[in-house]
Amino acid sequence: MAEQMLAADGRPLKASLNRALRRQKMRALLLIAPLLLFIMLTFIVPIGQMLFRSVENQIVGDTIPRTVVALGDWDANTDPVPDDAVFSAFAKDLMIAVERKQHTRLGSRLNYETSGISSLFRKSGRRVDDIGEGYTDQFVAFDPAWEDPLTWATLFGDADWITAQAAWDGEGDEPAFVLSDDANEMLPRTADIYAAFAEVIQTENNDSPTEEQPWNVVYLALYEELRTYTGEPNYADLPGGEIIFAAEDAVRDFAPQSVRAAFADIDEDWEDTAVWQTIQTYSPAFTAGYFLNSVDLQKTPGGPAWQPENEQIYLTLFWRTMVMSLTITVSCILLGYPVAWMLANLPARKANLLMILVLLPFWTSLLVRTSAWKVLLQQQGVINDTLVWIGLVADDNRLALINNATGTIIAMTHILLPFMILPLYSVMKTIPPSYLRAAKSLGATNWTAFWRVYFPQSVPGIGAGSILVFILAIGYYITPEIVGGTKGVFISNRIAYHISTSLNWGLAAALGAILLAVVLLLYWAYDRIVGIDNVKLGG
Amino acid sequence: MSALPPYATTGQRIWHYSFRVIVGLILFFLIAPIIIIIPLSFNAQDFFTFTPEMLALNPEGYSLKHYRDFFTNQDWIRPLQNSLIIAPFATIISVSLGTLAAIGLSQSHVPFRRGIMAILISPMIVPLIISATGMFFFYSQMGLWMEANLGMSKSLTGYIKVILAHAALGIPFVIITVTATLVGFDQSLTRAAANMGATPTVTFFRVQMPLILPGVISGGLFAFITSFDEVVVVLFVGAAAQKTLPWQMFTGLREQISPTILAVATVLVAISILLLATVELLRRRSERLRGMSPA
Repeated sequence: MAEQMLAADGRPLKASLNRALRRQKMRALLLIAPLLLFIMLTFIVPIGQMLFRSVENQIVGDTIPRTVVALGDWDANTDPVPDDAVFSAFAKDLMIAVERKQHTRLGSRLNYETSGISSLFRKSGRRVDDIGEGYTDQFVAFDPAWEDPLTWATLFGDADWITAQAAWDGEGDEPAFVLSDDANEMLPRTADIYAAFAEVIQTENNDSPTEEQPWNVVYLALYEELRTYTGEPNYADLPGGEIIFAAEDAVRDFAPQSVRAAFADIDEDWEDTAVWQTIQTYSPAFTAGYFLNSVDLQKTPGGPAWQPENEQIYLTLFWRTMVMSLTITVSCILLGYPVAWMLANLPARKANLLMILVLLPFWTSLLVRTSAWKVLLQQQGVINDTLVWIGLVADDNRLALINNATGTIIAMTHILLPFMILPLYSVMKTIPPSYLRAAKSLGATNWTAFWRVYFPQSVPGIGAGSILVFILAIGYYITPEIVGGTKGVFISNRIAYHISTSLNWGLAAALGAILLAVVLLLYWAYDRIVGIDNVKLGG
Repeated sequence: MSALPPYATTGQRIWHYSFRVIVGLILFFLIAPIIIIIPLSFNAQDFFTFTPEMLALNPEGYSLKHYRDFFTNQDWIRPLQNSLIIAPFATIISVSLGTLAAIGLSQSHVPFRRGIMAILISPMIVPLIISATGMFFFYSQMGLWMEANLGMSKSLTGYIKVILAHAALGIPFVIITVTATLVGFDQSLTRAAANMGATPTVTFFRVQMPLILPGVISGGLFAFITSFDEVVVVLFVGAAAQKTLPWQMFTGLREQISPTILAVATVLVAISILLLATVELLRRRSERLRGMSPA
């Protein structure tokens, strides 16, 4: 083997070169890093977060966790309405949610899936504090001590907390409630709801659990727990536990109150299988429901199914977006091709002059061009006035050019035309004019020479321009919003509607994700055909 | 499309001239809507079409009242000020970070060059409505975080949010124009400077920067106009206090359209003509500096 080549400093040449290369790479990356980080933070992460939102569904599990667990083994086929245990869990969840002012949000969320749930939640939220009142009365009738908030606080509060609470001087925040471990072990279900009560009382109402009588649902939970008491554990071990011991016998004689009947009394929709099926279907933390909705499907217990006929709008809207973008692209090709040809074949001085006519619209504010079309296309606008003046259109029969698909297509063709002309022009510029002359001198007619010789060479320009125009068109929002009326709007307008008006953000995110996928696919094609590096901006 | 040869047949002549007429009509379609709003903006009436007085060139049919409204009405002045606050800051961020990255990208050995390029260009590719949706969620949380932890006022975080969003949108334009300028940059010039003892910083500011400056400036103009003209993202990310000129125009167009919009549009057209002329001059200067075309 030959002697290893050495660099001036005595290292092997190969290692030395590698080191230099590595340093060069590092330097390049260091220069790029700040921007990459910036784009990641300000752009890529927000988009990723939006995509996550399209499948995220934690609100149901977070707001009504007990109900979600209780509904776990409910089967709508064997039992049209869930049993009392589910209703009881739901009463507790709803009570907490109402106090935390979360129930309307959950109601709106479920309302996207089954309409009517929002008002059902609102209505029930106003009356849920009465549920379990029957038990409260019976407990209090049995022993008035049950009415005393201190009885409860002593039973369920941690010894250290009780001491700290007693020592609290009323300045600043009261020590946060701590659940006693013993109570939690012996009366887990009551302890769970009492702890939630204490927390809500302290954080939402700025009150003390030692001064507020627990909600009726806490009495409900205690009744349920004592009702199924089997002799273990020994409640007397709890501080002040004698009162439970006494009550434990008495609850056998309490008159049972049906929670289900109480809910049915608030609104008979609670006996509707569909409502409970919706809650059950949308219990998991992640859902494909928004994506199904965005293609006019809905999630049902039996798998995806079509939405009712009158609610199917998204496929139509996607289809319309595609068709209109395609129409705009084709119009741009038809109008852009002759102009690009002319620009590429005129002497440089004249071509530069004409180029200004193309570049000026390109540089002009989008809002300016849209306002111009809004003004021109009106029924009393310049175009209709001119047509009436010429006599092409009767004064009482003016053309409807705006607030429909026609308006969108005219205005967007105008706005996107420079994006077609510029790539076409740069491709045509590279086609030597001598090819056409050669074809003609070999006997081709003008048309043959153009169609067989010139046109095939200009196809890459058409491809580049078309993809560019199409990508821009399908994501357009402003122009369709202003000149499109109801028949000329795109999927983007629907996304904006869900973000700002209906507040169905998950659906907006899912629609956005689908649109993004289409655009990225086209972008990938564009990259393969033209290359990202070859994107040119207005000369 | 040069002059018609003397031996052309009648058919060829007809085609030659009708083709020119067609192209003329298409160019008319491109330019007319922009030109026509200029005289309309001087309308003395609150109409959006030419009044008989205007057509008769009667001076009484014309007035500057819509311009007066633009420059005196707070509904328009506030947005104009906001636009003039937001766009320069966004441009500075895009240009400084974008130029550095473009120089990095144009080095000969850059790992993952394609991937990095795709990420940096993405704000231009992703439809604005999707960017706006994503930013809407993320930036509102970020704004709340800044208000809670950094003690910023609501109005300040509002501006920061919009500026950051617009800077992100402007970056692809800076990257594209600056890398295009750097393609023609002769790397032996930096080596020559280094050879003569210049430090990398001196080389950058005294040799490289003056040569790529035209590209940087036109990238900056693109970034500026992107922010100045942007409405979708600001609509979602900004609050009413950050209402920009395009936002105000958009509201005006959607709700009650007032003829003042035509005066605003005319002013904006004048600005675009200025910008277009600047970019064109810079492009020629850049080509001359790099010896790509005769002076």
